[in-house]
Amino acid sequence: MRAPLSWLRDFASFPEDVGLLRETLDDLGLVVEDVEIVGEGLDDVVVARIDEISAIEGADRVRRVVVDAGAGPVEIVCGATNFALGDLVPLAPVGAILPGGFEIARRKMRGVVSNGMLCSGRELELGDDHEGLLLLTETPGAIPGAALVEVLGIERDVIFDVTVEGNRPDAWCISGIARDLAARLGLEFSVPTSPSPTERGPDASTSVTAEVVDADLCGRLAVSVLTDVTVTDSPPWIQERLRRAGMRPINNVVDASNYVMLELGQPTHPYDLEKVHGPGLRVRRARPGESLITLDGVTRELGKAGRGLGDTGEDCVICDADDVVIGIAGIMGGGTSEISGATTSVLLEAASFDPIAITRTSRRLALRTEAAARFSKGSDPAILEEAIERFAALVALSAPKVVVAASPVIVPSAGIERDRLALSIERVNATLGTELDAVAIGSLLTPLGFDVVDEGAGSLTIGIPMNRPDIRRTHHGAADLIEEIARIYGYSRIPRRAMAWPAPGRPSDRQRLRAALRDVLCGLGASEAWTPSLVAPGDLALLGRDEPEIVVTNPLTHDESRLRRSLLPGLVRAIGYNVDRRQEDLALFEIGAVFVHPDVDREGRSARAGSAGGSEVLLPKEPEMAVAIFARASDDARTALGAAHAVADALGLVDLRLDASSPVPGLHPTRSAILVDRTTGARLGQVGEVDPGLVEVLASGAGERRLGYVELDLDVLADASRATRRDPAARPVSRFPSSDFDLAFVLADGVQADRLLDVVGEAAGDLLEDIRLFDVYRGPGLPEASRSLAVRVRLCAEDRTLSEDELGQARSAMIEAAGAINAALR
Amino acid sequence: MSPSFDQAALAALVEVALAAADGAPTLAELNEIASGLKAKDAPLVLIRRSLGQIDDLEERKVVGQQVSSAFDALGRAIDDRRTSLEAEARIARLEADRLDLTEVILADVTVPLRRGHTHLVTQTRAALEEVFIAMGFEVAEGPEVETDWYNFEALNIPPGHPARDMYDTMYLELGTPETVLLRTHTSPTQIHLLEKAVAEGSLPVHAVMPGRCYRLDTPDARHLPVFHQIEGLVVDRDVTFGDLAGVIETFTAAYFGSDIHARLRPAYFPFTEPSAEFEITCTICRGDGCRTCSRTGWIELGGCGMVDPAVFEAVGVDPTIWSGFAFGFGIDRCAQMRHGIADMRALIENDLRFVRQF
Repeated sequence: MRAPLSWLRDFASFPEDVGLLRETLDDLGLVVEDVEIVGEGLDDVVVARIDEISAIEGADRVRRVVVDAGAGPVEIVCGATNFALGDLVPLAPVGAILPGGFEIARRKMRGVVSNGMLCSGRELELGDDHEGLLLLTETPGAIPGAALVEVLGIERDVIFDVTVEGNRPDAWCISGIARDLAARLGLEFSVPTSPSPTERGPDASTSVTAEVVDADLCGRLAVSVLTDVTVTDSPPWIQERLRRAGMRPINNVVDASNYVMLELGQPTHPYDLEKVHGPGLRVRRARPGESLITLDGVTRELGKAGRGLGDTGEDCVICDADDVVIGIAGIMGGGTSEISGATTSVLLEAASFDPIAITRTSRRLALRTEAAARFSKGSDPAILEEAIERFAALVALSAPKVVVAASPVIVPSAGIERDRLALSIERVNATLGTELDAVAIGSLLTPLGFDVVDEGAGSLTIGIPMNRPDIRRTHHGAADLIEEIARIYGYSRIPRRAMAWPAPGRPSDRQRLRAALRDVLCGLGASEAWTPSLVAPGDLALLGRDEPEIVVTNPLTHDESRLRRSLLPGLVRAIGYNVDRRQEDLALFEIGAVFVHPDVDREGRSARAGSAGGSEVLLPKEPEMAVAIFARASDDARTALGAAHAVADALGLVDLRLDASSPVPGLHPTRSAILVDRTTGARLGQVGEVDPGLVEVLASGAGERRLGYVELDLDVLADASRATRRDPAARPVSRFPSSDFDLAFVLADGVQADRLLDVVGEAAGDLLEDIRLFDVYRGPGLPEASRSLAVRVRLCAEDRTLSEDELGQARSAMIEAAGAINAALR
Repeated sequence: MSPSFDQAALAALVEVALAAADGAPTLAELNEIASGLKAKDAPLVLIRRSLGQIDDLEERKVVGQQVSSAFDALGRAIDDRRTSLEAEARIARLEADRLDLTEVILADVTVPLRRGHTHLVTQTRAALEEVFIAMGFEVAEGPEVETDWYNFEALNIPPGHPARDMYDTMYLELGTPETVLLRTHTSPTQIHLLEKAVAEGSLPVHAVMPGRCYRLDTPDARHLPVFHQIEGLVVDRDVTFGDLAGVIETFTAAYFGSDIHARLRPAYFPFTEPSAEFEITCTICRGDGCRTCSRTGWIELGGCGMVDPAVFEAVGVDPTIWSGFAFGFGIDRCAQMRHGIADMRALIENDLRFVRQF
């Protein structure tokens, strides 16, 4: 909200020091986003009379103008044309510095010397008009040589643009900001009294009715009547204040309502009394099916529940005495009873509405007005009479004949009392780490309008002003009071304490796992990407998965309306992006969550949801995946497999095996496999190449490149019951020599090579130190659909050199075991 | 008199052409058939060209339609055949490409010697975690899909509360409307952590919670709709606002350097009371005032405060024994400040020229 210093000063004698005020406001939590100085740069600008206008030879955009600014003729070159001889215009003489810092210098154009500048409204920051010069001919008091600021009555001012937090409706007005500021600066705060209109009519209750049908939606309603109103312009100073605060002046009635809202924080609504049936107001819930054409000309359906959680469809409406809806309470009025130039009597409504109801209606109707924004944060029910008085006084300034009802109709008629909360001084100090006593606390809270009674024994009773809906009237209220104490005391004055606790900090197992993965993948040349979690519809289908997608109800764009099910499409696109930019050594990886629809995996998470967490809802599983794609010239499925083994080695996974028995969705059907744990059978991930058809769709620039692909499920890798780990116990290294021998077997294509290695290795038993495949041969000399697999075996014993005999036995055992899977020694 | 049109001849022509398309053994031959059908002297083309010679308008219309539907049918047949030939070719290609991964000799696999880089956000997150671990925090994480209970109500933002509007929330089409959502902050992880600690009787809690969050924010130089936050929570005996301020200051000096200071100013978060915004010395001008900090010398980093009693009540922590504070701020924003990144969108482009700088 824009708070002019001149207006704030109506409430307390604030100093001129802009820096101090800004800092103090910031420190109070009333954050100053911007400071604007009004009237700056106008000091040197004077009124000048046009005495001569002539063309300049060879120039068609500018003319030579001679003006008199009280000190004889001044020659100026001017581009504007909206003036005639004798007109009065603003002149910025040589040396003047205009708003924005532009300094006027003597210039020569087309042989003519220009001794200053004639200014438009925009150049002086007095308006948006840039079409021509600001004409002062009709302005009273404008004579050549007069200072512009005096002629226009411009007072220098400072405007603070303050962001008021959502829990501080009390501070969302000039008086509220002034109250906080005065409290901190130790200045006396007082509300200015305006001279009340002299003419008082009978009580409003003699001419209008007021009824609140649904008291839960409207806690307090005040209705007053003003007759003999003349609708005209507000006095210039009111218009200027409204402008400085960022509002457009309309007429004296609407301006008075806006002024009161800006000054006291209370929105009011003036109706043309003659157009309100009864006359009178009824406040109630809208009935389903009711509607209203609001001031903006839009038809609003009321009383109909929306889609939002907790939107019961209850709307608070203002009706006339015939029970016809004429306004949406606290948000916007209807068109029929609007104030017009012909209005002579005004019915004024000031009320306090339920903030939740206003929020609900404003949200559903997408109708966000100044009044709605204020009411939705809570308002002060005790200020209604003051708001009405202030409104009447302001209207009377420009409509001196106005007659104001002696007193408004108030519903309910019973007075309102402030609530009281108990506060323990010990609790204050235990929360803040301070040593404040009852007197200190009293001196901090009293200037804000709280009343503080010392009950002795460290206990205080605090009376809460009605303009503080943020202070909870429950046992939680103490926390809110403590915040107020701290705020006025100053957060920076609270003594800091370096905290220490006995428990040591440590990274989680998952963090260690990720760090190890990143280390291995970076070592293999892959860089980390961050691809979108929100993807376009159809990514799932691209992967050939027939599953429901998880849909975002209100996405930013259609292309970001689904949660990703796999990292593959995003990462392949990232590869394509870099291919298109001719990046070398292209390899990327990503570690992140993917989302599985609860209809696919019913064993997902179930969690509390809904009002008061009273229901249970099944949520998507969020497995964390790591995917690496290797797209360098030398890369293919082999690189990916090597990466899988490197990861397994780094993590101590000892039972990594491949299952190529069925194609993996999204991957090359004949060059990929599932990664499984041999012992537990758990699926650890998958490895191979991205399906070339998919590469064409997602990264067309990648052309014929093979994209080596490895995907690992971190939830499985982290689970010792699914991913078998290396035995942590140390095994001594043998001091005796080892023996190698090579065996070549012929094995049908249908049997995986790792099966042979497992079988042969197991047959060697404890003697096995290492076994590896070192050659594969297909071709002449072998049966159809089979290949020769050459295996190198290294045997060693811990306690002896193996004898020829032992080696022979082991060799036979291995050959025999191979025979059992129909692998014949070649 | 116009030459009478030979219906039977047209039907026969179409039948022959269809059979040829269906039976095309290769893509090349199919393409030849396709272009042959459109050649200048192709029988169907000749028929179409001779339509003008039919004087009877009604007949011309009928025959015209027959000819054009014949063209359509042939086009479809050719497309169908092309699809199936391409599928066959793809299968053949993939089959010829077959590689039994179990036969790969790992010793023969090589990779270029050029190390990859972790993402800047990862590096920033790790550096932050490292500082907090050294300060005695554990690291905890929570899910990205949450319910309104965890994201809002347990954090003292009940349904209909105006504060829900402060978070531009993306909801999911799961459960009843507006109950399942993408978390808008990492704070729901606090609730999970406290629920668990209460259930297990394992209070106190000293943890930081990094993670990915979502808000309906159009991406620009300073905002991404998907972003990362780190949240801290301390619940222990005798925890005060002075401890919170001390932790924030210790962290700031440890992470940003000893010449960067922190200050707290009042703010509003429904889940903390008292609440504060914390600002640090501008890392660009070191406090002298510059454009980045709007000449104030300070930049906003995050929010913090003493855990609101309503939050303790929601999770069943006894506020007469325990007190605590929480804080949170953007990881991406830290990266942006520390490395002077003009436009946040560089973080999600995955351009290797950017990634490899860090």
